[in-house]
Amino acid sequence: MAKLTLEVNGATREVDSDDPDVPLLYVLRDDLKLTGTHFGCGLAQCGACTVLVDGRAVRSCIAPTASVVGHEVVTIEGLGSPERPDPLQAAFIAEQAAQCGYCTAGMVMSARALLVRTPRPSEQQVRDALAGNLCRCGSHARVIRAVLRAAGAAPGAR
Amino acid sequence: MAAPVSRRSFLAGTLAAGSVLVVGGLDGVERSDAQSMPDADRFLGKSLAPDAVDSIIAIGRDGTVTIFVGRVDLGTGSRIAMRQIAGEELDVAPERIAMIEGDTALTPNQGGTGGSYGVARGGVQLRRAAATARQALIGMAAPRLGRPAADLEVADGAVRAKDGGASVGYGDLIGDRTFNLKVDAAAPLKPHDRFRFIGRSLPRPDVPEKVTGHHRYLQDLALPSMLHARVIRPPALGATLQSVDESSIAGVRGARVVRIRSFLAVVAEREWDALRAAGAIKAQWSGGGGLPDHAREFDLMRASRVERHQEVAKRGDLSALSAPPAGARTLAASYRWPMQTHGSIGPSCGVADVRGDRVTVWSASQNVHGLQNTVAGALGVERDRVRVIYMDGAGSYGANGADDAAMEAALLSRTVGRPVRVQWSRQEEHGLDPKGPAQMLDLRATVDKDGEIVAWETQAWLPIATANLPHLPLLVLDAAGIPQTPGRSTGLIYQNIDPPYAMPNLNAVVHWIADAPLRTSPLRAPGKIANTFAVESFTDEIAALARIDPLEFRLRRLSNPRGIEVLKRVAARMGWQPRPSPRPMDRRAAVLTGRGLAYVHYKHEETIVAMGMEVAVERATGRIRVTRVVASQDCGLMINPDCVQAQLEGNILQTLSRALHEEVVYDRNRVTTVDWASYPILTFPEVPRLEFELIQRLDQPPLGAGEAASTPVGAALANAVFDATGVRLRTIPFRPERVKAALASKA
Repeated sequence: MAKLTLEVNGATREVDSDDPDVPLLYVLRDDLKLTGTHFGCGLAQCGACTVLVDGRAVRSCIAPTASVVGHEVVTIEGLGSPERPDPLQAAFIAEQAAQCGYCTAGMVMSARALLVRTPRPSEQQVRDALAGNLCRCGSHARVIRAVLRAAGAAPGAR
Repeated sequence: MAAPVSRRSFLAGTLAAGSVLVVGGLDGVERSDAQSMPDADRFLGKSLAPDAVDSIIAIGRDGTVTIFVGRVDLGTGSRIAMRQIAGEELDVAPERIAMIEGDTALTPNQGGTGGSYGVARGGVQLRRAAATARQALIGMAAPRLGRPAADLEVADGAVRAKDGGASVGYGDLIGDRTFNLKVDAAAPLKPHDRFRFIGRSLPRPDVPEKVTGHHRYLQDLALPSMLHARVIRPPALGATLQSVDESSIAGVRGARVVRIRSFLAVVAEREWDALRAAGAIKAQWSGGGGLPDHAREFDLMRASRVERHQEVAKRGDLSALSAPPAGARTLAASYRWPMQTHGSIGPSCGVADVRGDRVTVWSASQNVHGLQNTVAGALGVERDRVRVIYMDGAGSYGANGADDAAMEAALLSRTVGRPVRVQWSRQEEHGLDPKGPAQMLDLRATVDKDGEIVAWETQAWLPIATANLPHLPLLVLDAAGIPQTPGRSTGLIYQNIDPPYAMPNLNAVVHWIADAPLRTSPLRAPGKIANTFAVESFTDEIAALARIDPLEFRLRRLSNPRGIEVLKRVAARMGWQPRPSPRPMDRRAAVLTGRGLAYVHYKHEETIVAMGMEVAVERATGRIRVTRVVASQDCGLMINPDCVQAQLEGNILQTLSRALHEEVVYDRNRVTTVDWASYPILTFPEVPRLEFELIQRLDQPPLGAGEAASTPVGAALANAVFDATGVRLRTIPFRPERVKAALASKA
């Protein structure tokens, strides 16, 4: 059984694996109990499993765990908590930007990756950055508003 | 390591298990893992009778208020709305009220969650129960405070005299007792001019956990000693399993095969190992398939055997259709809405723990009580021994694969003797969840020279639902050879096939056809999305033929003032300029723009919606860009207007997705649109500007917000495209290639 050493949410974590190809998603959810990252398709089509690797949005459902060794992984739990949400999460709460919420964590992470490289995005940039994140409930308009709010755009600006 | 279980030994084991009825707690399960409220099991044994106050409300010695709600929150906001309702009647702040949802051991059976009835029925029941409880508490307080009940009122969890003085808290009044009262339908409700909580957009309690990844979904539930399972699906629907090569998964750590006739699964200690085993397993299947030709789906519907005809509406006679009066014209059109899927972002999941004849199932089912019955029947145990506990899954919008996955988990747990979690794949969810059926409607109308509708006929071809079907037939029961009632579930898909407008002669009939190519189930606003697409598109066709402005045409034929108001609000918000459609077209323009309108009175007796849409159509590509949607809705009393608006947003965007993109395709063996590439849905760049005119009616009953606004979307879109291009689209989805071909055929 090989050991993989990962940097997740600022901590060093060791996991056992007999399969270095195990997607990061399963290590996060099943070994590290970080269940905020969700399985949606396993095909990198929906974005529900999005995490940050060195600040970039990565689909954890197809990322081999071995590929993130030596890189910094941040999951939704690494941002904030219900009691102390980070500013982007606080903006999602202010806009009530979730219905079932299953896709939401992935959207927060994709939006975070956008704001890392583009702190003042236009609405079009927000839409484009989230183009690979699917939502079935129809929370899109609120999500767009939340990301713009977090980026410091005037409340309600679209 | 295979554990083939015959039906006979299965039943024998069940019958041997004794007959003492115990509704147990959750041995070995952290309560917080399983339920929204950590110590919910302290309520076990409470009343479940739907008409008892104690079934719905519990007040503890410490004054804590707990409400028990059979209809669950599917991301719709009832988790706050229900608290607002109870809090209003009891005068307790909503954030101080605990709520338990969808647990067959704790919540009354209020029927499944659906039909937009969460608040409209479940909420109204709750409000009456809370009002009854308030009256009872005042009655208890009267002797304690030495004042007649008429002098007392409730305030912030206590009863006090209206003119001030001493008060006594609910906890002190009730102590360790229960109400032991039936819900009094005549209990006075708090007058709306004194509302403190109802009508306010209070934030939902589940949003902070959802946006921080702390919310526990069903998919996240991990029980001690739980095994992860994957079901192995046949290459053709309904195929028979011939043989399994168990050595094919020998290399996967801890994985083993479970087979019950043609139900084949792998289980493993770790989820990834279950997935690896599912990828490696070799099995031989035979038979199955036999699906019809998808390309001929609608022709086959028309040619299908009709089980019976149902007249949904009839007045006057239709002689004018065949013998139009002088100057009148007859118009005919056929509208088609294809089979579509629920499209949950998280594939279905089920977790079960079967110990002897005690069964606990955790499910995102929209009908936990129905599932309880079905699991009990399939496992051969008494219903009272089965506890089904709702946990949030991804949004389901009807019956997706949740009940299937739950039953699969129960059978597997029964077989392996450990808790089992079944997680469907994306391909399973898209390929196997029951579908919203295809619908076809033929419409004819005779229109006189003044634009009056002399006669209207709707003929709808719809797959028949099975009367009194106890449960949606489940895949695993057929595969495992466990008897179940065969049949079809669809929801009330015939409603709104008749227009809401005044006209002397009308006939609307459903031809109930015997079958559908795939298993079906209710999908949001069942049937009424396609029916309203047809009726409201055809209304627009008539208005265009008569060269009358589409808004004016509708207003002239409506008498319901609430209907007239929503239309006028949309028109005002849009800056609607009266003119007939289509607009004069600039033949050189690369992009054509237009506006459309649609109206619905949901089921002719519930929520009323008017919707305006603005579109831009690219002539070269056929791509439709929806730029603006304006919706006005009157759903009576809105408990929480922001939650209502969120439902409108969802109805509009989900149905735009269905109208622009979605169609289930199958070959002769199975569904072939099994992922988001082959079954695309709306994406962020396509989302239009959304504007709302919500009408609050504090003095009216709530009529439901979960579905109605989905129904005018298809027609508002089609009418806007017609306005822009002069081309009438009558078959969903409006994908670019279809639109481009339609534009070319007109040019």
